[in-house]
Amino acid sequence: MSYALLLDTTRCIGCMACQEACQTEYGFPVHEEKTLSATARTSVEPHGDTYVRRMCMHCESPSCASVCPVAALRKTPEGPVIYDEKVCMGCRYCLAACPFGVPRYEWDSVTPRVQKCTMCHHRIVEGKLPACVEACPAEAVTFGTRKEMLAEARLRIMSNPDQYVPKIYGEHIVGGTSVFVLASVPFEELGLNDKLGDQPMPELTWKALSKIPEVVTLGGAFMMGLFWIIERRNRNMKSQGGEESSQ
Amino acid sequence: MKRRISFWRVATVLILGAFAVATYLRFTGGLARVTNLSDSFPWGLWVAFDILCGVGLAAGGFTVAAMVYLFGWERYRPVLRPAILTAFLGYLLVVFALLFDLGKPWNVWHPLVMYNPHSVMFEVGWCVMLYTTVLALEFAPSVWQKLRWGRGLLIWKRITVPLVLAGVLLSTLHQSSLGSLFLIMPQKIHPLWFSNLLPILFFISAVGVGLAMVIVESYFSSRAFGREIEWHLLSDFGKFMILPMLIMAVLRGFDLFQSGGLALAFAATPEAALFWLEIGLSILAPLVLILVFGASDRPKLLMVTAFLSVGGFILNRINVSITAIDATVRAGYFPSFWEVVISLGVVTLGCVVFATAAKYLPIYENEPLVERWKRPVYVWESAPAPKRDAVS
Repeated sequence: MSYALLLDTTRCIGCMACQEACQTEYGFPVHEEKTLSATARTSVEPHGDTYVRRMCMHCESPSCASVCPVAALRKTPEGPVIYDEKVCMGCRYCLAACPFGVPRYEWDSVTPRVQKCTMCHHRIVEGKLPACVEACPAEAVTFGTRKEMLAEARLRIMSNPDQYVPKIYGEHIVGGTSVFVLASVPFEELGLNDKLGDQPMPELTWKALSKIPEVVTLGGAFMMGLFWIIERRNRNMKSQGGEESSQ
Repeated sequence: MKRRISFWRVATVLILGAFAVATYLRFTGGLARVTNLSDSFPWGLWVAFDILCGVGLAAGGFTVAAMVYLFGWERYRPVLRPAILTAFLGYLLVVFALLFDLGKPWNVWHPLVMYNPHSVMFEVGWCVMLYTTVLALEFAPSVWQKLRWGRGLLIWKRITVPLVLAGVLLSTLHQSSLGSLFLIMPQKIHPLWFSNLLPILFFISAVGVGLAMVIVESYFSSRAFGREIEWHLLSDFGKFMILPMLIMAVLRGFDLFQSGGLALAFAATPEAALFWLEIGLSILAPLVLILVFGASDRPKLLMVTAFLSVGGFILNRINVSITAIDATVRAGYFPSFWEVVISLGVVTLGCVVFATAAKYLPIYENEPLVERWKRPVYVWESAPAPKRDAVS
């Protein structure tokens, strides 16, 4: 079963209870941080009158998991994209590749880890709610299956068309995500990049990577052929030269 | 002459001293202690220079190996061993430098057992690993010759062609894949440098700079070891450089025209200035020098051409991985003092090892290996006497 979160920026009151619950759950010192950091896997950014929750979008085709050379990041069947610090070698390609600029790194540590929201995967598999969902007093974040959350988002837009822009951020962007955002103003005004396109980013890489077998077989055959022809010609020339000199 | 040598010795000691301090700081503190990297700018000078440039500048190894062994152009054999040694050391240094850049360098072996075939970096890692092994084997004859191990040379003779072929394929794959690394972040790369052709551009520019590096190497080894420069060979390399540069000019021009990025080249921005500096150094100036001023037949000018082209190549890699990304994420990244020290230290270390290897191993011997097989020293080794047929 694939789960998702629905963030409703029209409901958020900016109380930071989600950040506090998250920091408590993951053993970080509880303190308010205005942006994502290595000690804040989620944050609430004020944009005008609107509070915008920032966190990992848990893409359906995550760039971070696709670029990780050792598969330390992985998309789970439950929806969350999770991270295994024991596998990670610290190349930071995930930070470079994430289209939403989410992962954070422990730059000050001698044994640094990537920090990002895991949608409380360990709690989900135990049948519990993510910590932030439990903590939110304004019901600005809702947890459920991806289908339910999409239906819920559509319902809210339809029943209050004046209150929302008629679009669900995360439904199609970069191939869809497991976190949806609703807003009353265009998403770009809230610092959410709405120009990423609907194509899953890993496909851009795969176009190049998938050509490797052809490069190896065709290139190899071509060069073997070339070598064979040149070698044969050189040998023929040499043996002819040898006959002439012996005569 | 003597003073110059002592100057370089003092510089080497100073750099390596600073490098030792930087190494201590790097591994006792985090990356933040020595670098200006940040969450919005996670790859800096070490990726741009030590890795992207390091691998590219070592491309002479597979290019010259293909010329001598696959195309049968025996006359270029004199530059083969220096090119292979440079490439081998180049790759060892890339791996060495990677240990500084990785957050958890002790996990560097993980791609061996933890697979992600969808990751470009996974593929690059495997290619670099395999190709470094190939280079070690390609370089091994110099050591075996020194140790007078005839059988080793004979075995080596049998595997040369498949080895060189594997080397060329592996190089093609990872040289281009270093460009593919950036395909997944089009939104982060300034349009003057983003292109779907990045893998092809990276490969062709690497071949070009590999040829230029052969010329640069000859210059340095002539100064360091007082060797004669094989001008007649280098002249050919100057001419070979024309092709990759022309292809680069056509591809980049066409691509920028099509993507509409070309207009940005005429804006008054630092990016446009760096773009033209890069194009000038890596393509325009060398082409003009060779085609108009006949640089390939004029030793001093040929050196200038090769140095310009290497400089242009380095600027290209820095532009793709630093300039183009900082232009969009606006992190204001500039390498820290210690980042520069570590990059400089790695290069210095490479020069020291190269000089030592060139001193003790037969790097600059021009005859093909097989000529030396006739020496009686190999007869009392258990290797069979080479037949006349094999001596070709």
